[in-house]
Amino acid sequence: MPPSLHTFLSTDLPALLAATFAAVSCALLGNFLVLRRQSLMGDAISHAVLPGLVAAFLIAGTRSAWPMFVGAALAGVVTVVLVELVRRLGRVEPGAAMGVVFSIMFALGVVLLERAAARHVDLDADCVLYGQLELIFWFPPNTWSDLLTLDTLSQFPRQPTTLAVVTLLTIALVTLLFKELRLAAFDPDLATSLGFSATALHFILMLFVAGAVVASFEAVGSILVVAMLICPAATARLLTDRLLPQVLVSVLAALISALGGYALAATAPTWLGTPKALSAAGMITTVSGVLLTAAIFFSPTHGVLAKRLRHVRLAITIAREDLLATLYRLEEANQPPPAAAQSSVLSPQSFALRLALRNHEIEQTPSGALRLTETGRDAARRLIRTHRLWETYLVEAANLRPDHVHDTAETLEHLTTPPIHAELTRHPPPPTDPQGKPIP
Amino acid sequence: MTVAYHRRPVLWDIDYDAPDRSLIAIVGPNGAGKSTFIKACLGLVPKASGTVEIYGRPYREQRRLVGYVPQRESVDWDFPVSALDVVAMGRYAKIGWFRPVSRAHKAAALDALAQVGMADFAHRQINQLSGGQQQRVFLARALAQEAKIYFMDEPFAGVDAATEAAIVAILRRLRDEGRTVICVHHDLQTVPDYFDHVLLLNTRVVAAGPVSGPNSVFTRDNLQKTYGGRLTLLEEAAQAMAKAGTSL
Repeated sequence: MPPSLHTFLSTDLPALLAATFAAVSCALLGNFLVLRRQSLMGDAISHAVLPGLVAAFLIAGTRSAWPMFVGAALAGVVTVVLVELVRRLGRVEPGAAMGVVFSIMFALGVVLLERAAARHVDLDADCVLYGQLELIFWFPPNTWSDLLTLDTLSQFPRQPTTLAVVTLLTIALVTLLFKELRLAAFDPDLATSLGFSATALHFILMLFVAGAVVASFEAVGSILVVAMLICPAATARLLTDRLLPQVLVSVLAALISALGGYALAATAPTWLGTPKALSAAGMITTVSGVLLTAAIFFSPTHGVLAKRLRHVRLAITIAREDLLATLYRLEEANQPPPAAAQSSVLSPQSFALRLALRNHEIEQTPSGALRLTETGRDAARRLIRTHRLWETYLVEAANLRPDHVHDTAETLEHLTTPPIHAELTRHPPPPTDPQGKPIP
Repeated sequence: MTVAYHRRPVLWDIDYDAPDRSLIAIVGPNGAGKSTFIKACLGLVPKASGTVEIYGRPYREQRRLVGYVPQRESVDWDFPVSALDVVAMGRYAKIGWFRPVSRAHKAAALDALAQVGMADFAHRQINQLSGGQQQRVFLARALAQEAKIYFMDEPFAGVDAATEAAIVAILRRLRDEGRTVICVHHDLQTVPDYFDHVLLLNTRVVAAGPVSGPNSVFTRDNLQKTYGGRLTLLEEAAQAMAKAGTSL
């Protein structure tokens, strides 16, 4: 076996597997937390397991993995139950209940930690916060033939194995209970009335969140766990509008974060010229944050840029329609066509003018004056008609005063969809609008 | 039955027998416990005392015969589901745990959407629908449940005239098919047009019976009792019980 592969198998593979499984299981569950607006639950559980860890250590007297895992898992379940109890008995909103429970649990953990420290043992709080991804390694055999023997496989580190089991169970949960979890998140009352107890489903989900958080945070730290639960799901939420695609996209985002983050952490020091290795958990969190930020800006439906673009488009459309309508009114009043006014090159008006010229809706006479073409006149006539239909409607149906309706109609004429137009003309309109101008 | 929130009674000693095959309006002022009445019937809020029977047997055994249309504002309309997904939820009890929505159930959901005139909107995300269309989706979901008795919480709230007419037509059809619909209703003017029976509710049953005819309970006197004269003594007693921590 070549030495580079041996290095990969011993240091990179276990850590990569741990990061990937943690990311995927958290992302799957995160979808339902985000939709139930309970994203904070992961944060609560990952902090609240501290007393469980310390208590397990104090009772078992060893830092070996299984007692710690059991202690953390128990503390996670206790947190879930306590949050629900505080919410019901204290009559407070879920966020407040989570905040109260996890800060008190964490404080309890700190006190217990000090007691443990008094016995001259150290439990590293940093490991709890940032994880120990780099410390997961394996001693694979030097030859291929020994790779798949029971003995070498049993030496494989526990964290990736645990996380693989958690991930498989999570996939099974989301697959089997997809429709139930969706129903309970969307309409808990209906779920209960149909016989799918919303409370039971909530506890099942939270049990899995607790399991995933406990299994993950040992490897990747409690801060990263929170990001893993929220970021991929929130990213996917911005890019999709159905739950199944959302879940799949969140898994994709989780994979990109885990693999990309780990690769960056390994390679970035060489680019940056720093000898110090970057924290893999930190880079994974960063990548998931970058993905979420990108989705916030660039999502084609919900993104900031897409919304801005729609605004600009609408502004240009309105400016173009206003231009056509103005020219039409001047023609109607037998006034001479105006010259193109100078406006800033980037203003909607200037874009609108160029657009209208390009569409051959208006043309420029040799003297520089603007004039409607036949196409432009038809478009303008339709607009003026809509405008005057609105004025008529506002006066006759909404009882507004005739001299108050122009501005309202000016706005509405740009926003009139065909169904609204059909509704406007349901009754045959009078020949003129309230100001006595003909409705074309 | 009696229902209390945090030991404070909001519905006192409700004794009501809903007539079969009829459209029933629950009418009363804000805070009279109308929604609570429905939720208590469906086991969504705990009862301090009393029982609910559907066709002579406990509600738990008859769940499948009961349909529910919650208030439109009770759910998040930004939720990533299509109109068809929401209507298919009405079939979940028939589908059962763990199984996905089969093609036959999807077809049934689509049929329910068509009945409310929303077939063209099946694949829209629900936040792209108007208020009236959302209410129709909820109604279609109830139709997809194929229940015998329906509880609806303000199905006419905030809908346009066309939707209101469509809902009324569907309610009548349900009754003519032998079903019973119990609606929380706010518009007193339309009660006689839309409903056969009325339950006048204000923390307790003020009156219940036919809307019109010789035995009509929908009278000025009863409405006065429902909306006017606040039951100060009962309210004070309720406060006292909440303070003392006793329940009924």
